[in-house]
Amino acid sequence: MRVRVLCFGMLRDVLGAEFKLDLPSGSSVARVIERCEERAPQLSTMWPRIAVAVNQAYVSRETGLVDGDEVALLPPVSGGAVSIV
Amino acid sequence: MQVELTRTVIDASAVTAALKLGEDGAVCVFDGIVRNNTRGRQTLYLDYSAYEEMALEQMRALAAEAVEKFGVRDVAMVHRLGKLEIGETSILIGVSSAHRGVTFEACRWLIDTLKKTVPIWKKEYFVDGAVWADGEAFPDAIVPAASL
Repeated sequence: MRVRVLCFGMLRDVLGAEFKLDLPSGSSVARVIERCEERAPQLSTMWPRIAVAVNQAYVSRETGLVDGDEVALLPPVSGGAVSIV
Repeated sequence: MQVELTRTVIDASAVTAALKLGEDGAVCVFDGIVRNNTRGRQTLYLDYSAYEEMALEQMRALAAEAVEKFGVRDVAMVHRLGKLEIGETSILIGVSSAHRGVTFEACRWLIDTLKKTVPIWKKEYFVDGAVWADGEAFPDAIVPAASL
């Protein structure tokens, strides 16, 4: 199966905005993270803090994927105004 | 409920005016602006980006939840994206209700929750380089601390 991966924030600078990933059917979100870790080992400390959304809803690492899913990798968010000090 | 992402200047007075009805006794407005420094390092400008469809959906859900949770009458949330200069509004949140107490509470809850859960990021440009702002850890319900 094939999923569409979207990257945001600092991940976008390293992995690009978007790419397709071929995975064995039955793969979970954790498999996508593993594959991205292989592509960007320099972000090793970042991965445990990344949230994942499938088709625009937050999901856990154990969530199963199906062909055509949109998987978004979301670093800790920083919208609003005042920086966290 | 006015919930928007925009790439142009936020007209705070227009958003606020649109929240007022005869039955309201208060409008509480949070106007978040771009500060000229981060931890003493001089900021030139910020660049906000978002997972736009999801961010809008999350903001709509927060606005509806605030009405439900605090019993306020109406909520407006407008977040700007793209390049913002010092002093410009990045986010405007307005809450209207018959009584003032709940408008303060709802407004505070909305900005605090948005900052932790809505997929929006900012890159800070300084005189000597640029960095992605380090966001707070996600709430446990989104990324369990146990996975760290």
